[in-house]
Amino acid sequence: MTAPLLRVEDLRLALAGDRASHDAVEGVSFEIGRGEAFGLVGESGCGKSITALAVMGLLRAPLSLAGGRIVLDGQEIQDASAAEMRRLRGKRIGMIFQEPMTALNPLSPVGRQIAEMFVLHEGASWNEAMDRAEEALRQVHVPSPERRIRDFPHQLSGGMRQRVMIAMALACGPDLLIADEPTTALDVTVQAEIIDLMAELCSAKGTAILMISHDLGLVANMCRNVAVMYAGRIVERQPADAIFAHPRHPYTQGLVDSLPRLGERAKRGRQKLREIAGVVPSIAAYPSGCRFNPRCPAATDICRQVAPDLTALPAGGLVRCHHHG
Amino acid sequence: MADTLLTLDDVAVHFTVGSTLKGGIKTLRAVDGITLDVRPGECLGLVGESGCGKSTLALAIMGLLAPTRGRVVLDGSDLGQRSRLETARLVQMVFQDPYASLNPRQTVRRTLADPLRLQGVGRAEVDERVMDMLAKVGLRPEHADRYPHEFSGGQRQRIGIARALILKPKLVICDEPVSALDVSIRAQIINLLLELKDEMGLSYIMISHDLGVVEHVSDRVAVMYLGRIVEQGGWQEIFEDPRHPYTRALIAAIPDPFHRAAITAKAKATGEIPSALNLPSGCPFHPRCPLKAERCVAERPMLEAVSPAHYAACHFRDRLG
Amino acid sequence: MRLKGGSSLWIGGGLVFIAIAAAVFAPVLALTDPVMGANLMNAEIPPGWEFPFGTDAQGRDIYSRILYGARVSLTVGIVSQLCNSLIGVSLGLTAGYWGGWWDDVVSGLTNLMLAIPSLVFALAIMAILGPGLVSLVVALGLTSWSYSCRIARAQVLSLKGQGYVQAARILGYSDLRIMFTQLLPNILGPLIVIATLGMGGAILSEAALSFLGLGIRPPFPSWGSMLSEARDQITTAPWLSVFPGLAIFFTVLGLNLLGDGLRDILDPQSTSRRA
Repeated sequence: MTAPLLRVEDLRLALAGDRASHDAVEGVSFEIGRGEAFGLVGESGCGKSITALAVMGLLRAPLSLAGGRIVLDGQEIQDASAAEMRRLRGKRIGMIFQEPMTALNPLSPVGRQIAEMFVLHEGASWNEAMDRAEEALRQVHVPSPERRIRDFPHQLSGGMRQRVMIAMALACGPDLLIADEPTTALDVTVQAEIIDLMAELCSAKGTAILMISHDLGLVANMCRNVAVMYAGRIVERQPADAIFAHPRHPYTQGLVDSLPRLGERAKRGRQKLREIAGVVPSIAAYPSGCRFNPRCPAATDICRQVAPDLTALPAGGLVRCHHHG
Repeated sequence: MADTLLTLDDVAVHFTVGSTLKGGIKTLRAVDGITLDVRPGECLGLVGESGCGKSTLALAIMGLLAPTRGRVVLDGSDLGQRSRLETARLVQMVFQDPYASLNPRQTVRRTLADPLRLQGVGRAEVDERVMDMLAKVGLRPEHADRYPHEFSGGQRQRIGIARALILKPKLVICDEPVSALDVSIRAQIINLLLELKDEMGLSYIMISHDLGVVEHVSDRVAVMYLGRIVEQGGWQEIFEDPRHPYTRALIAAIPDPFHRAAITAKAKATGEIPSALNLPSGCPFHPRCPLKAERCVAERPMLEAVSPAHYAACHFRDRLG
Repeated sequence: MRLKGGSSLWIGGGLVFIAIAAAVFAPVLALTDPVMGANLMNAEIPPGWEFPFGTDAQGRDIYSRILYGARVSLTVGIVSQLCNSLIGVSLGLTAGYWGGWWDDVVSGLTNLMLAIPSLVFALAIMAILGPGLVSLVVALGLTSWSYSCRIARAQVLSLKGQGYVQAARILGYSDLRIMFTQLLPNILGPLIVIATLGMGGAILSEAALSFLGLGIRPPFPSWGSMLSEARDQITTAPWLSVFPGLAIFFTVLGLNLLGDGLRDILDPQSTSRRA
């Protein structure tokens, strides 16, 4: 078996608070193969976004790396210097964020911002870089790119801005694209197009994707493997098809069952939605034992006392539950 | 009357934007000729993406915006003829953002009690109704004297629902009531809304871009695009037999692995939503439509019947399906 | 320079407390009567054991006069700033909430007030009304409301789109009730800060007007009139100007520190206290 492109091992991220430091993320491990799309799913505060920030070397106080290894293409990068990480970002790792307006420079035309990637990372001349920027915009299906390269970010719609972000992120042909809620701010029909575009470009260029989202359906549709996070831990990891068809962790089961799904009502009539009781715990008050136990319908004494480990499932995949059998 | 609670008759809300100095005055047709009705006890789903005018329409139904054209008739008389206090007893709203929609300096009790006092309800009855309402939305009596910041997002939305129902309105407009909530909390709120609807005999207008939610709760559905209704019908007709290409594109856009086989590239819309300031000629959907023909560029399709209670504004409504 | 954490609040609050205590308990703390205590035998005695701050040309105890002067300065500062806040907040709140032509009128008026130095405006009013405590309060209370007005209007503009303000309209609240129950409590923080700083400004203006002879008539003491009287002896008897000057300095400093401290508590956006 060839070495994976990205391996995250036992990642632990600490959040410094007023009085005590808490583990915002602990024991998170996953691997992404070359050209593979991997999804990380969870609700706000579960630690999925800061895991991505850690991979990019963008953690800022009060967050810090407290343990674990991040290996990109055989090279450990968790202790890399700021300068090394800057070289990696853009060239080896591309990024897309939820709100492109905050990631784009409002005072610079978008073409120039894309061209800058070629100048910085590949030493291209500005003339050459601008030509390549136009080509990059054409690849992300921006209409009339020869005019759009002179537009400023505020002159573009949300969908167009996200296309520009994709063009920038993929400009230097990175090995890995990290997409953090890339379509949450977009309308559904535009979202579908952006997702298709990302998938199409990445499979054409052999770029791996780390897709982060709260939308299990979206991620399962696009990724081969999906990990579900809850309260700072991965609770389940399975191939995308299996996670929807046979979720093994009660939290995943709850997520899959609790949302009204199109076509259900026509088939079965209106059923009461299955609720997940309670609320997401705050980071300072994670329950002992299994962190899902106060909300879990199947919780027993052992769940309240002992934190379950990730155990392998016979059909492949991992689940963190005492009662997964 | 009596068989309809709310009737919209060719309602339009236009705004003028810009100034005479900078590029001239333009008309923004946020809502442009909507005819709709809501019957007692019914839930009408209102679907559309940003800029389609659904929020503007909601404001017009509550009397917060005066329509440029057309009439809003609520419970038998024109909205403009009622006082604010009378309208308050008829129509209320549940907001999207449970954080911005509660006054941070007011306790839950005050938020719920003040509207009752304004209606002249006596002290004892106010207390009783506040407590009763808290219980109905699943909050405990001791929650009454807390401030909004002490609650989670889901609990805040329960407070928002309690506030909307405290005056026992007939019609409640739910504007994306779950889209700002954590995924694992949404089912609780949807179930609660449906329970309360039956218990209190309410009518809902459910505004949402989440088709799964709309299908689950609605009796009838109207799909809006750029200020107009493009398709309207019973929930089964809209979701099982959609006739407007925009409705089909919305359904095709839903990322659901169980539907993967059903998604055909042909149904997907392309490009971006145009600005309501610059409406395309003919059918407003034609620049994005996979079925576009010459006729669509030239001639605007009217909302016409596919079957007795199912309407679509598409020249090819009978060929689809 | 900014003081760290809550210390500006405590130091500022302490200074303001001392000033208020001095004004309230002046009859108890004073050694002599501020006006009738004249005794030419004691004229221009430097600070010492008998007269801690020295005496003036008429032999009156400076210490006692400063205590009584605090009454004038604080009254003018507090009352005139209350007038300013009342005018500014009423105009700003209504202009921001209603918008339209009323907003244009109020904004125009505010800009006019900002363009003309308020002290010049106050001078003009004093010239019409004549000197005296009441004229001082009126002149200063009508001329510096533009800051409160601008802050109130800007805050209301950002708040009125919030869900709870819309909800209040839908629930049948009248416009005035919305302004008082939904908007005002949520914009009070910055307004209190502005009012505290404004009091310092009013005390300085009072001093300036009294110094020009338009304020409190002698022989009644105010810090400004004491400075005014001490003008001629600034080289021969410097304590005559130093002590009233220090009183003004510390009171205004205290009010400014208090304002800064309150801003940190009441207006979380302006702080960097987040973890």
